[in-house]
This record gives sequence, structure tokens and C-alpha cells, in this order.
Amino acid sequence: MNLLPRRGSLRRQEAAAGWLMTVPAIALLLVFLVAPIAMAAWVSLSNWTGIGSPFASGVSSVGMRNYAALLTEPGLAQQQLGESLRNNLYYVILVVPLQTVLSLGLALAVSRKRLAGRGFFRTAYYFPSITSSVAISIMFLFVFGNAGVVNAVIGYLGAHGPDWFDNPSGVLHLVYSGLGVTQPPAALADHGLLGMPWWEWLAGPSVAMIAIITLAVWTTSGTFMLIFLPAIYAIPAELEEAAIVDGANAWQRLRRVILPMLRPTLFLVLTLGLIGTWQVFDQIYLMSQGNPAGTTLTPAYLSYVESFGNQQWGQGAAISFILFAIIVIFTILQRLMLRDRGAT
Amino acid sequence: MSRRTRRLAQRTLLYLVLTGCAVAYIYPFLLSVGTAFKTDPDATAHPLNPVPSHWVLTAFNELGQADFLRWLANSVVVAVLVTAGRLLFDSMAGYALARLRFRGRGAVFSTIIAVMAVPGVVLLIPKFLVLKQLGIYDSYPGLIAPLITDAAGVFIMRQFFMSVHPSIEEAAKIDGAGIFRTYWSVVLPIARPALMTLTILSFQGSWNDFSGILIAHQSPSLDTLTTGVGRLVSGQLGTGLQYPLQLAAAMAMTVPVAAVFFVFQKYIMRTGEGAVKE
Repeated sequence: MNLLPRRGSLRRQEAAAGWLMTVPAIALLLVFLVAPIAMAAWVSLSNWTGIGSPFASGVSSVGMRNYAALLTEPGLAQQQLGESLRNNLYYVILVVPLQTVLSLGLALAVSRKRLAGRGFFRTAYYFPSITSSVAISIMFLFVFGNAGVVNAVIGYLGAHGPDWFDNPSGVLHLVYSGLGVTQPPAALADHGLLGMPWWEWLAGPSVAMIAIITLAVWTTSGTFMLIFLPAIYAIPAELEEAAIVDGANAWQRLRRVILPMLRPTLFLVLTLGLIGTWQVFDQIYLMSQGNPAGTTLTPAYLSYVESFGNQQWGQGAAISFILFAIIVIFTILQRLMLRDRGAT
Repeated sequence: MSRRTRRLAQRTLLYLVLTGCAVAYIYPFLLSVGTAFKTDPDATAHPLNPVPSHWVLTAFNELGQADFLRWLANSVVVAVLVTAGRLLFDSMAGYALARLRFRGRGAVFSTIIAVMAVPGVVLLIPKFLVLKQLGIYDSYPGLIAPLITDAAGVFIMRQFFMSVHPSIEEAAKIDGAGIFRTYWSVVLPIARPALMTLTILSFQGSWNDFSGILIAHQSPSLDTLTTGVGRLVSGQLGTGLQYPLQLAAAMAMTVPVAAVFFVFQKYIMRTGEGAVKE
């Protein structure tokens, strides 16, 4: 029969095909992303010990007790969370600005039209981004090892490099003692937050963490360079030419023309940077396991150790949700701050 | 200083800085490759020299004995199946979300955006719980299934199809081809560039995935390169450091992903240069 199907049946066909084609993806996402979150939410409120199903009859709710142990009750759990938050906070504060500035600088440099070896430079800067965290971690254990490249170079310069991964001293503590402050003032030693005295909060990243921070900046700057490049090419050439005609120097052109045009991309890079840096896990697991003296412990790694290692699943899951909340709060704060600056 | 010499000085400085950075990015790799062929004492005695005093294959022989080939096979299985799955599922869903009108499309798309916003590390414990519940923890399906679709891939494909004019598909439709027929023989060939991008991202993502594989299994026989080599390294930290062995493992596991990168490079490094778009 050559009769064309009626319009309604074509529509129905399209709707059916639409669902058929999205069902595999959406079902997998629901099963492996949405359902797990609900399960973990339950576990974070329970006393499950990892044996059997968390929905078995022996498992009961403990209300907010797991969260209370982490946030309000003095004890080891609270102290470790405080420590991990401090470590990760310094990591975020250093990595996000450094990787953003470095990747923007690299992108501006390699976007020049008359640059010999442009392709080579791009590939060189991007290559660490495709390498696995495992391989990079091994390389950095070697490079920052006691007899590694970094210490060899420091040695040539006439100084003595530290035992990077065994050194728990906070770099700010080192600065304070350089200024003659070796004993914490009583106000900072006796009071604190999350079981840690303020003096410890102000320790700065440890020497070991500095090595991991270097790794992070080195690895991610290529990825972000690649995000900046299309945005730089999208800036109309006339805009820069007009600025040159007006007598603007390179710095003024960057401040007044290029950066404002790159605002959306800058926002994206900062957001991705914040989200990524709060999740540092692989490098900690592979390189330091939170050592030395807990100065490279991060919430993501702590949550893994608590649940998979110590079978404290409720507490481990609770740490995950606290981390989730922190990431959401930071993203919102950053959004508000950037929006305000744009308005004035 | 004349204008010309100043420009020349500026250019020289730019190249010096760029080359310095390139050395900082590449030298660690050169050093690692070289050290993989060194003896243990040679590796610690000359950390700055990438050329071994004696070339030896000890590290690679040891790797062969340390189940390296088994990890390699597991990595290949996971990466190939995950990539194939993502190409199919992501492109289908992306196409449907961009082109087909059906009730609930908006809700499906919002779900995908929301899922993209969930930080991956937060999902480690949840994913383990669901794998246990489904009874596929510590099995190949457990390694592969959680990775086989990703929200970001669906999003990339949808954006791609939104940017392509539907005229070619309309022609196919008028010729009487059904929706699936059109998708398979008209849409997919058009989508080649986007599929290439997705191929690299998926292969790279699954090949390099450490934490997802870590929480999905416990049997050493299911280790992929990331968890296998990772175990090798963290297990040895206490005892003497065998840099050549570790670096040999690190470099060997990088070769396949580097090969894929260099083959498909233009799809990733395509950065809109000189193109007038949108």
C-alpha cells in the first residue's frame, strides 16, 4: 500500500524512537549514578559495617550520629576531618590560581599567529594531561625523591633539598619560625575549629603537599590551556587592533580587552578547577597515603579509608556528602563573587 | 634601544620562556623512559641524566613476571568495551535529544545536566554499594558497566547534532527511511568528527581510570594497568625503591594512550583557529 502514514502516527513513531534511543543511556545513568547516591545517603545515616546488604534487617538508622561525630563531637573522627579539610583547602588555594594563570599564559603564548613550533609547544604542554595519574605519580615520586632531579638541581644551586615525602612541616610554620615565632601564641594554641588549634590551621601546606601541588599544576595546565585557546581565537582581531591604534601597551590590552572577553571561559576554568581540586584522591592514594603525619590527608582519601579500610561505612559516606556540600558551596560562592565584580 | 631590537629581544624572551616550559613538561618523560632502561644503582646515582650508563632490560623482564600482560589485557578489554558502548549509547541519546520530539525530553536532558554536576570522587562509595547490590562487584561487568555511558558524552553528542543542519536527514526521511535507518546510515557518518572526539575521550578516560576500577574489584586477576601498577608501586614503597621497574611500568602503560592521542590528535587539538564559526 502506498498510502502515507497519517501525521499522528508519524509523531508517535518519533516519540517511541526518541525514548528507545535515550533509554539505554538514561537507565545506566540512573542505575550507576542516581540510585547509588540514594543508597549512600541511607548508609551515611546507618550503622552498616560492610557485611551483607545495607538494607538487611540487622542494619538500623543512627540518625545524624555519623555527621555529629565528624562535625560536632571532639574525637579522632572530627580531628581527622579537620586535618583533611585544612590540607585540601591549602591545596585548592594554591593549585587553582596557579594552574589558571599558567594555562592562560601558555594559551596566550601559543595562540600567536607567527610562532614557530606552535604545534610542538601545544603538544608538549598538553601531553601530561593524557597520561594516567598512576604514571604521573610514579614519575613525581622519582623526580621529588631524595636523590631525584629536584634535589639534584637544588644541590647544584648550593642548597640542600628536603626529603619531600617525609617532611610534614607546614611551609607557613617554617616562615613563622624564620621570623622568630617558634612557640604558638596562647590564643592560637588553645582555641580552634574541628578539633584542630588555629595554630595548626595556619600551618600552610606541608613540604610533602607542595610536591603534590606541583604535580597537579604541571598535569592540569595543559588541559585548561586547551579550553582557553578557542576562546582566545574567538576574540575579534579588530578589537585588539583598535586598542593598538589607541596606543594601549601589551599589559593594558590584556587587562582591558583580552581578559574581559575571556570572562566566561575564565569562569569555566575556575569552576572546573575548584571542583577538581576538592576531589584529589589518586595522587594521595598512590604517593603518600595521607602521610607524613596526616599532612596530605584529604577528605576524598579519608572517606575511602574510613569505609573501605576501617569498615566505618556510615562515617565514610557522611564524609562524601560533606565533601559534596563543600564543593557546592564553593561553586556558589565563586559564582556570586565573580558576578558582583562584573556588576560594579 | 631601537624599536626593532626591542621587538627582537621580546621575541627571543618569548621563545626562551616557551622552550623552558616545554623542557619542564617533556624532560620528566625523557628521564623516565631513560631510567626504565637503567640498573637500580645507576638510576639513583645519575638522576639528571636520561641516558643509561649500561642499557639493561631487567625492569621490563621483571614486569613480564609481575602479571603486566594480564593487566594490559584487562585494560584493553575495559577500554575497548567502554569506548564502543559510549559511542553507541551517547550518540543515540544525543541524537534523540537534539532531533526527536518526545514527551519527557526536557526532563531527560535536565537529568543528564544534573548528573554531570556530581563530583566523581563523591560517587566512589555509592558505586561500590550499587555494584554489591547488583551482584556484579569483582567481575568484568562490574568494571565496565558503570563506565559505559557518561553524561558528558551524551551532552557532547547532543551539542554536535544541534549544530548540524537537519537538511540531509530530512532528505533521507522523504526517501522513506525510518528513524533508526536514518540514524545508522545518514546521521552517524555525518557525526564522524564528534565521534572521533568521543573515542579519544572515552579511551583515555577508561584507560586512565584508577579510582573507579579500584572500588569495583578486589581480585588481583581483575586488576587493570592502573590498579595493577598502582599496587606494585604502593607495595614497594616500604622496601627499597626500584625506580627503573616503576618507571618502566609507568612508561609502558602510557604508550597505548599516547599512540591513540597522536593518531587522533587533530580532533582534540582542534581549537577553532582561523575558523569563522557561529
